[in-house]
Amino acid sequence: MQSEDQKKLENIKKFSLEIRKNILEMAVSAGASSAHFGGALSITEITATLFAHQMKIDKKNPKWEERDRFILSKGHACLAYYAALCEVGYISKEELSTFEKNDTNLLGHPVINRNLGIDFSNGSLGMGLSLGIGVALAAKRKKKNFSVYVILGDGECNEGSVWEGAMAAPNFMLDNLYVVIDRNNFQQTGSNKEIMSVGNLKDKWLSFGWHAVELDGHNIKELYDFFNNSKNIDKPKAIIANTIKGKGFTFSENNNDWHHSVLSKSFYEKAKKELLNK
Amino acid sequence: MNINEKNIKMWSTIGARATLGIAALELAKQIDNLIVLTCDVSTSAGLDRFRKTYPEKYLDLGIAEQNMIGVAAGLASENFNVITTTFAPFQTMRCCEQIKVNLGYMKQKVCMVGIASGLSLGTLGYTHCCIEDVGILRSIPEITIISPADSLETVKALEAAVKLKNSSYIRLTGASNNPIVYAKDYEFKIGKSITLKEGKDITIFCSGAMVHHSLEAAKILESKNVSSRVINMHTIKPIDKLAIEEACNTNLIVSVEEHNIAGGLGGAIAEHKSTLKKSPKQLFLGIKDAYSKGGSYKFLREKHRLTSEKIVEDIFLNLK
Repeated sequence: MQSEDQKKLENIKKFSLEIRKNILEMAVSAGASSAHFGGALSITEITATLFAHQMKIDKKNPKWEERDRFILSKGHACLAYYAALCEVGYISKEELSTFEKNDTNLLGHPVINRNLGIDFSNGSLGMGLSLGIGVALAAKRKKKNFSVYVILGDGECNEGSVWEGAMAAPNFMLDNLYVVIDRNNFQQTGSNKEIMSVGNLKDKWLSFGWHAVELDGHNIKELYDFFNNSKNIDKPKAIIANTIKGKGFTFSENNNDWHHSVLSKSFYEKAKKELLNK
Repeated sequence: MNINEKNIKMWSTIGARATLGIAALELAKQIDNLIVLTCDVSTSAGLDRFRKTYPEKYLDLGIAEQNMIGVAAGLASENFNVITTTFAPFQTMRCCEQIKVNLGYMKQKVCMVGIASGLSLGTLGYTHCCIEDVGILRSIPEITIISPADSLETVKALEAAVKLKNSSYIRLTGASNNPIVYAKDYEFKIGKSITLKEGKDITIFCSGAMVHHSLEAAKILESKNVSSRVINMHTIKPIDKLAIEEACNTNLIVSVEEHNIAGGLGGAIAEHKSTLKKSPKQLFLGIKDAYSKGGSYKFLREKHRLTSEKIVEDIFLNLK
């Protein structure tokens, strides 16, 4: 018999698989308008662990006041976000197929729509952490018990405003604030090293006063254990999640051509086969 | 707020900035979910007493305006009624994109107050003056822009702005010993200009500290047989279109602003005026799209021809 933990881990794994399936469907339906494929695949396990396990949500009510808040600061990775919201039940498959179509609710960067579970608009990098601090402060001041999860990209950490937020959160003792940094080592036009190295992110966040850890962002067990064991840490928490851009498909892993590109029918078929074998 | 003669005089003496702090103290009594955010400017914004009286309704974000606007939007999304304030250039331009995305695009409601806008900090240089804020914010949808004429109007604008559904920017001009435009209480409505003086020859639209100087100019004009209507266009966005249409029955429209003539009040008026079939010429008085050498507030108003005498001179040059 499976233990409770194993069941939960299995569930997160299934959720990740469904996210990848949905990402493929949206990317192929976007057609020539392209999709931010690589950066969505690198946050798949992170997003799955949050939505399938860690975050307090009400599947019947996306606006439940006590829900944990999710902010996709690296908004271009919205394929993973929409896919997760679909798995939760807030977005229908039919709606997913409107991704990047005219007049859609699901543009290439999230647009606030609380009926669909999209809590904030994002897309311009470096803004999500500040929003998260505001929300986390609001929870404290309203004496509410919810937490806030912000997903940042490593390239995004080039933005100075990230560090304004990084400095502020420990000052306000926001132990209800989690930042997950998708450390996939790439940004739009090259590797972090080639474009703008962000150096040792763990040391940086530690020195700003956060509880910071580094883990494998595709290892569900590591993510699960961290979240389960960090609840009583009285600081804002930063997870440097080492990931692989384009994770899940042989053609896209660590291949930055898939940062933003068209998923052709042949690649789509290839990817589907690879998923079936998982 | 207790609006009486004594308070109006006191607010005028301390200037709009310090009056802001007093108004915030009053609002905190009435509005449970009010919260005031600053960036290391509590004393400059007259918020020292507020900080001590309502520590739970006050947040200092340090010298980090981009983060302040993000945090403000986060709080607003949780139904806090947020006021942010810092010096006008930092309140509007340092965090301009955060304003666009969070307050404009995402429609999180925040009332921003830009202190010491215009030329009042001229001795500190143009890093601290602000002649661009209206032009920049006017191009962002969902932001109401108010430029109060004196300290009482600052109080009234703040009271009205916190009740708005959308975000707003209150642009504070003038220094301490701010001349009194309104000696007693009056009706203030966002988007509805106020005719302070009737006249039939020309119409002077003005805002902020320029309202007083325009009224003074109108007196001089009157003595020279030019009858001028003076309109306090305290709300620059949305602009009072009806007032502009009515002004078209006079022979000249003048806009007077402590702002670059590109993008400001004059521009807002001209945008509507140009849609009308018949309208008079417009004279744009303000800073002529250039950074001058700095100096005292008075010196800079002279230099940019924003004193009553210079306003009159420029009007006469354009009356023929």
